[in-house]
Amino acid sequence: MANITGFSKRVWDLYYEGFKGMTVGKTLWIIILVKLFFFFVVMKLLFFPNLLQRDYTTDEERADHVRQELANRGS
Amino acid sequence: MDDLMTVVDWSRWQFALTAIYHWLFVPLTLGLSLIVAVMESIYLKTKSEKWLAATKFWMTLFGINFAIGIATGIILEFEFGTNWSNYSWFVGDIFGAPLAIEGLVAFFIEATFVAVMFFGWGKVSEKFHLVSTWMTWFGASVSALWILVANAWMQYPVGMEFDPGQMRNVMNNFWELFSGIAVNKYLHAVFSGWALAGVFVIGVSAWFMYKKRNIPFAERSIKVGGWIGLIGLLLTMWTGDGSAVEVTKHQPMKLAAMEGLYHGHESAGIVAAGIVNPNKTWNNDEDEYLFDITVPYGLSILAKHDLHAYVPGIADIIKGYTIDENGDTINTVSYEERIRQGKLAHEALRAYDLARSQNDEAAMLKAEAELRQYYPYFGYGYFDNVEEAIPPVGLTFTSFRIMVFLGTYFLLYFVAALFLVYSRKDWLANKKWLQWIAMVSVPFIWVCSEAGWAVAEVGRQPWTVQDLLPTKAAISEIQAGSVILTFWLFAIIFTILLIAEVNIMVKQIKKRSLTDLEIDYAH
Repeated sequence: MANITGFSKRVWDLYYEGFKGMTVGKTLWIIILVKLFFFFVVMKLLFFPNLLQRDYTTDEERADHVRQELANRGS
Repeated sequence: MDDLMTVVDWSRWQFALTAIYHWLFVPLTLGLSLIVAVMESIYLKTKSEKWLAATKFWMTLFGINFAIGIATGIILEFEFGTNWSNYSWFVGDIFGAPLAIEGLVAFFIEATFVAVMFFGWGKVSEKFHLVSTWMTWFGASVSALWILVANAWMQYPVGMEFDPGQMRNVMNNFWELFSGIAVNKYLHAVFSGWALAGVFVIGVSAWFMYKKRNIPFAERSIKVGGWIGLIGLLLTMWTGDGSAVEVTKHQPMKLAAMEGLYHGHESAGIVAAGIVNPNKTWNNDEDEYLFDITVPYGLSILAKHDLHAYVPGIADIIKGYTIDENGDTINTVSYEERIRQGKLAHEALRAYDLARSQNDEAAMLKAEAELRQYYPYFGYGYFDNVEEAIPPVGLTFTSFRIMVFLGTYFLLYFVAALFLVYSRKDWLANKKWLQWIAMVSVPFIWVCSEAGWAVAEVGRQPWTVQDLLPTKAAISEIQAGSVILTFWLFAIIFTILLIAEVNIMVKQIKKRSLTDLEIDYAH
């Protein structure tokens, strides 16, 4: 148990001190966070819904929709 | 139809934009992680602080590239769900496994070992740190494997069976996914990343020489970058040759488009430089090229490794000529017949759908049997004429030549850089024009790499999945306006991010050259 605790603390310290000691990394983290917010919150929620997930509840309904789309689009 | 094609075209532009942007970062990650791992290995062997400084410098640039590139690929998955929902469902069972593995591998290997690589100096043993650096390279390379296997499946769909009930291609042989196309594509992409990073390292090192700073550091970096770049480029050329043979077998139309070849020949020459005639069609008598410089026998060697082999052109393929698994030219099914069979497949699918809605099992089985008979040409049923099945010849032809021309240029670039750094150090350190060439060349390795992707993806058109699903069937029913809006939003945000990356990198290069690397002057 003591070994596991010691290992966990070392892992924690590695990340904690690593993030704390960052220089250029701080700017990069700001860019990463802004980017992730823009991609996942703005773009994904507002502009990029998964249409089949949003419009149909079961896989059977999704399969029926795609079948009708693909069967009729060429005709 | 016009509105559908507007949505298709804008969605393709959007996908191309995000894929091109994503690919700015990926090859540098693949190659620079290897260069850093090699430098750290040399440090551990020599215990020289000079190599430690070099390792840390390039690791910082790797980190900037890695951080800015994170999540740029996720946008492609968003687009699958919104713009390409038919495609997404149709291939979901095949793509699901590779992309899930990619996600797990990327998360566990990269996230764990990248952290140790950056934060672990002095906190873990030197050997464990080195293992972490190598694991970062390994994780990035393995992560690329799954994406490229999925992409290769779109070029050559194998290892699956179509299930009209699920309306999906269901994987029935995982190992078949590792086709010759997939193996060559993966290795070609990874090795090209080594070459790209080699050019990047040499270019940045040339800047140090231009500024008369840290010359020994720059020389060391050019040696490692030059060797890895040269080996990477030679392996890229070797796997490119393998890819050409595979494309000849499985996508002969793409090969014909790459060459602008409308009428096949035995002992076919390859166009080293030329411009395709925009008025040429598959069934008119116009010349194929406005001008061309042709290397005799080149295309026969490229396509089949045989000086006198017959290579079919676009018109021949439309009439039914193709190349079988053994590399032999055979006359199979003309494109007109494929369109007819594709339409029969659609009819069978409609009959299956009707029978399913009526719970008529006998009719379902009958329709399914008919569908299976015509399924190999399912995608052709969406075309009204054979012209629709021809890729954009001019763009494919030109992209192929840009890739090959620049690839050859960079072969000379690496040879010259290595010759100079070993035999003419004074030239490299003092001749400004040499340093300028090294620096100005850097963006062109990205042009070369992106041109390679243009050949692979534009040459596959009009298909998203070869022979099974053209782009106009793969697209969702969405409004063109929303696609156009998000295209421009991405274009703006990507440009801002790219400017940010270049700025941060340039600042780091200038700053580090005066601080961390001063060890060069002390030794």
